[in-house]
Amino acid sequence: MELAIIVPLLAAAVQSGTPILYATLGEIVTEKSGVLNLGVEGVMILGTLTAFVVALTTGSPVLAFVAAGVAGTLAAAIHGMVCLWFRGNQVVSGLALTILGTGLADYLGNAYVGRTAPGFSPVALPLLSEIPIVGPIFFNHDPLVYLTYGLPPLIWYGLMRTRPGLCLRAAGEYPAAATAAGLDVAAYRWFGILGGGFLMGLGGAYLSLSYTHLWTNNLTGGRGWIAVALVIFAFWRPGRAVFGAYLFGGIMALQLRLQASGTQLPSSLLLMLPYALTVIVLVLSSWRRGASEAPAALGVNMEPAD
Amino acid sequence: MFRVRITRRQEPRGWSSWFVLGAAVALSLVLSGVLLSLRDISPLTGLAVLFKGAYGSRFAIEDCLIKAIPIFLCSLGVAVAFRLQIWNIGAEGQFALGAVGATWVALTFPELPGPILLPAMILMAALAGGLWGMVPALLRQRLQTNEIIVTLMMNYIAILFLDYLVYGVWKDPTSYGFPMTSEFPPQAVVGKIGSTSVNWGLGHCLVLGTVVWVFIRFTRIGFELRAAGDSVRAARYAGIPYDRLVVLVMVISGALAGWAGFLEASATINRLQPSIMVGYGYTAIVVAWLARLNPLTIAIASFLLAGLRVGVENLQLDLQVPAAFGGILEGLILLTVLAGGLFTSYRLSVRRS
Repeated sequence: MELAIIVPLLAAAVQSGTPILYATLGEIVTEKSGVLNLGVEGVMILGTLTAFVVALTTGSPVLAFVAAGVAGTLAAAIHGMVCLWFRGNQVVSGLALTILGTGLADYLGNAYVGRTAPGFSPVALPLLSEIPIVGPIFFNHDPLVYLTYGLPPLIWYGLMRTRPGLCLRAAGEYPAAATAAGLDVAAYRWFGILGGGFLMGLGGAYLSLSYTHLWTNNLTGGRGWIAVALVIFAFWRPGRAVFGAYLFGGIMALQLRLQASGTQLPSSLLLMLPYALTVIVLVLSSWRRGASEAPAALGVNMEPAD
Repeated sequence: MFRVRITRRQEPRGWSSWFVLGAAVALSLVLSGVLLSLRDISPLTGLAVLFKGAYGSRFAIEDCLIKAIPIFLCSLGVAVAFRLQIWNIGAEGQFALGAVGATWVALTFPELPGPILLPAMILMAALAGGLWGMVPALLRQRLQTNEIIVTLMMNYIAILFLDYLVYGVWKDPTSYGFPMTSEFPPQAVVGKIGSTSVNWGLGHCLVLGTVVWVFIRFTRIGFELRAAGDSVRAARYAGIPYDRLVVLVMVISGALAGWAGFLEASATINRLQPSIMVGYGYTAIVVAWLARLNPLTIAIASFLLAGLRVGVENLQLDLQVPAAFGGILEGLILLTVLAGGLFTSYRLSVRRS
């Protein structure tokens, strides 16, 4: 096949994979602490809206990006309160958060539908972008994409090679033992929820600041749920999450291109691709390893000690 | 300094759960009132418009009942799956495929007389919904694939499939380009009860609700379901075929949602079009959880949440409040009720430390 087609497609794969990557990394951090947050879709869309509104009112995309992270943290805090303080079921709380988040974003964003806001534009990195093939694929993007190149190793190091990371994982694997060892499990779970929410908010921000520069309802379009599935596909490892996110980015980019090229295939069938791929990917990963890689205490609330 | 001590109750308190429910709904209404005031609408006026729109007239009550029918059937199915701790988030997609199945029968055999056509439509709808529910169940049974995400993804796929049909092969050539099938023949339409605008789907709900209740309460499989739902491990020791129950429960769940899809296409819209998908399948999850998985309380909760939808439509008409307000209320109520569960299943005591 011709490079002239493949290279732009792969570059587009990196771009459309980026919001999913942020969200997947966020969910990995949360789940490693033992908390299942199914509210990713709702948290993300609130990040998308916050970023858009802040960019529109202040004109500063950087401020908007940070604000989206804060919005994501606050939204995830609702999940934290319900699960950690009130010991509510994590699955139901996450679903409710998705319902609430999408509702809030539609409600508050109603006045902004169709408007455009300033955002980030691609910046070709000197020298690196001139490398044949690799350059145009990886080094001709907006700054938010470059940021994700550093995140997975950082999160991997933080989780696997530092003491707080070990404690966070202990809270997710065996909270009773962690408590016995004198760790404050709730504090680490709070960190997992809030830190994860921050990253999910950033992923949402990418959609309005880089991907579209505008606001419409349902901009996330199920990306949050894809992120939840990718965590399983990635076996809770940040490195594999990169691969998964770009795979989905590729499918989304391909589907857009096929639609634009005036193919005979109906658009509704093309739109099915990412969702069908999610099911396939999940089936493949459960076929290979089952759920054995999941944090042992994932989704289980702490019972109060007597 | 004071410390709050939390201990699990042996028996959850009965009476206080109603109090907690009331408090949770009140808190949700207060919070949503704040959101209304952001749009310069007085919260009291807004809530008055909401409640008057929902329950203030005979017409409103009838509309509530019409909307409660699909919510009730989907929720009944979701609740059966929840019994076994299977998270069926897929009612929305199973509903869509049920509508598609029923429509296929109505469009393919329009000459059949009503007494044959309607049961055939129901059968096809239940079959389509049931099979769509069976896929994630089999994946979970064989490979432990996470059913939450699979059912959810299959919602997107089912809805896009419905779109594909009504935008393409099933599009009515006389619809001026609108994505909809041609109208069903009169004998494929479930009629209305007397002089009301409520359709006989309400009767279907009564029968199916009773059947499910009897099934869960009085049959051997129903007993196994309840036992396995309480403790998977204990059920396995007792020789209950848990994996087979998972498939059964998802087929029942999907068939009920499919039935709801049939009723919506036949009785309410009289054809298939994309606007048939309004999120009843997701509301059904909220209802099933709020109603604690009991058919009678599911009926009440379906009616109340249907009222919320009708009321929000009224808010939209009168005060231009976006329809998303309904989703906010549903999310808030679910979250606050969930949080309130602490007060019914745990004992809190404040101690000086």
